[in-house]
Amino acid sequence: MTDVPDLLTVSDLKVYFPMRRDLFGSTQGIVRAVDGVSFAVRKGETLGLVGESGSGKTTTGLAILRALEPTSGRVTFRVNEQTVDVTALRGKELRQFRRHMQMIFQDPYSSLNPRMTVRDIIAEPLVASGLAKGSEVDERVRETASRCRLDLEYLRRFPHAFSGGQRQRIGIARALVSNPEFVVCDEPVTALDVSIQAEILNLLMDLQRDLGLTYLLIAHDLSVVAYISHRVAVMYLGQLMEIAPTRELFRAPRHPYTEALMSAVPEVDPDLPLKPVQLRGEIPDPADPPSGCRFHTRCRYVQDVCRSEVPALKELSTGHMAACHFAEELELRGVRGLPPAP
Amino acid sequence: MELSAKSGDKLLEVTDLGVSFRTDEGLIRAVDGISFTVHRGRTLGIVGESGSGKSVTALSIMRLLPDTAEINAESVITLYRSDGLVTITELRPNSREMRRIRGGEIAMIFQEPMSSFSPVYTVGNQVSEPILVHRGISKQGAERFIIEMLDRVGIPGAAQRFREYPFQLSGGMRQRAMTAGAISTHPALLIADEPTTALDVTIQAQILELLRELQREFQMAIIFITHNLAVIAQVAHEIVVMYLGCIMERGPVREVLRNPQHPYTRSLLAAIPRIKDTSDRLRAIKGEIPSPLERPGGCPFHTRCQQMIPGRCAEHKPDAYPVGPDHFSSCFLHEEVRSD
Repeated sequence: MTDVPDLLTVSDLKVYFPMRRDLFGSTQGIVRAVDGVSFAVRKGETLGLVGESGSGKTTTGLAILRALEPTSGRVTFRVNEQTVDVTALRGKELRQFRRHMQMIFQDPYSSLNPRMTVRDIIAEPLVASGLAKGSEVDERVRETASRCRLDLEYLRRFPHAFSGGQRQRIGIARALVSNPEFVVCDEPVTALDVSIQAEILNLLMDLQRDLGLTYLLIAHDLSVVAYISHRVAVMYLGQLMEIAPTRELFRAPRHPYTEALMSAVPEVDPDLPLKPVQLRGEIPDPADPPSGCRFHTRCRYVQDVCRSEVPALKELSTGHMAACHFAEELELRGVRGLPPAP
Repeated sequence: MELSAKSGDKLLEVTDLGVSFRTDEGLIRAVDGISFTVHRGRTLGIVGESGSGKSVTALSIMRLLPDTAEINAESVITLYRSDGLVTITELRPNSREMRRIRGGEIAMIFQEPMSSFSPVYTVGNQVSEPILVHRGISKQGAERFIIEMLDRVGIPGAAQRFREYPFQLSGGMRQRAMTAGAISTHPALLIADEPTTALDVTIQAQILELLRELQREFQMAIIFITHNLAVIAQVAHEIVVMYLGCIMERGPVREVLRNPQHPYTRSLLAAIPRIKDTSDRLRAIKGEIPSPLERPGGCPFHTRCQQMIPGRCAEHKPDAYPVGPDHFSSCFLHEEVRSD
């Protein structure tokens, strides 16, 4: 996929939140939820974004979509042979642009308005952006619903009548009705039962293939990420630690945090006991991140330089980048028994 | 205590447990005639999706079911002690004997330590409760002992943490603190209901390791309830696979996961993504989990089963048929195995 052009680029994205702690609401500090993140997503690929709670992965997704205002940085989007600076869009321009970038949410129970019929929920983005009118709306809704394997009978009903899997399909149809090129999928199967997850993951993959969609998949479950992502980016405390093609990242991680994260993922095999890398301490306060490399307080390979100097995200081999001073020297453990990429 | 009991001895036996809930929409049969045994010092994993009845099973053992629930008359839950046995299902939930068992011989930890803790009392205050109730120990003695326990479960600065409030601890630390309180009475059985589901994977790995160590140290049996097959593979010795209130398959963990027999277990294992093998398309299980109000008759999985036998699975409920040593499948496909 290396010859495929970038659809989306994110450069030095920062999202800071003021922290209000005292009674009078004065600012008591700043949480650097996303602190200088850069990456690109190619047309037609799925980039997985992983990290633990507080890593800033959801905030990154929301800031790309301008659902949340970035503090600084730039997001560009390639559409109709032109590059649009998404971060510079205002007012009507922004509203009209939203049809190109959509989102699928984690919890299908709280993300659908219970007072709207399924048809109205799916149609809303079309109507709001004025993309379609009258019978054209119904046509688009029906076409999208059947693509998402929703029974057209359901369109007249209200969402409360549906199970988690069906609700998530309604959420996907709503995201796709405006024919977006790019979709942020934020934990799309986390709230679903195991027997329902596969159906939704397969649907997302089929839709990508049929419609040429590009996904940013935010998920904490590394097996889910491994299954549908072409490349994976690892975040820790608001910064990118590593980014690489999926198989390569899992087989040969180059950042100690990635190594620790992967070693903690249990396998469905009683004969492969978990041997997690021991992480020291806890995730530091994002309002007061450690100096130098943000991971240094927990890293087992820490050296003096890690405490003082921020490591740059370096390219180690084609498409494989890691932000570690010792990425070239360390011999890190990947997922056991994973064959190299074909 | 109970020095004569050995690891591997029978500790808890659940026979034909059935639990119904009265709701506005009718009677819900949450658990439908399940049987299993827990052995001293070993871990029984109960795996299931929503509505499988796994948490209701745990609450039945603790006799902590809400008033709308009823344990059916034929159910028997027996706790084996070194000096005899007690039938939990014959006790009143608030009886002296049951209170002695609950929190004393059988303790429980839950999924979200934030909602299990009261926000207005200190961690120490709440974690000390079981030992104060069950051991008749002085407050100072309890404090000393609990600080030791907090330290044992890996909470740095235990004396300081003892005086803090739950919100001051991270999710992982709260789970450790809750575990410290639960095991402070040296229970023979710890019921852990989705104890790592709300935690990040690195923290989950630490809690699983902690439970393993504590089990070795205290010779404690564990019932580990989860929806996660990978977690169950790591912690359990025996597993029970539940679906809509029934046990579909049970047996030694290696047998059930390596050599699954029941169509539900097989489908579930084929439906989960694995890091090591992402080349094959996942095989989704058709349909949705039926609502507990519309529980299918016969085998509850028959509406989604690829191997449904017409005229059989929808009409009759299969028994647990042996399919290997200590390995049972509740599926008519395995009925004939019984004859040899």
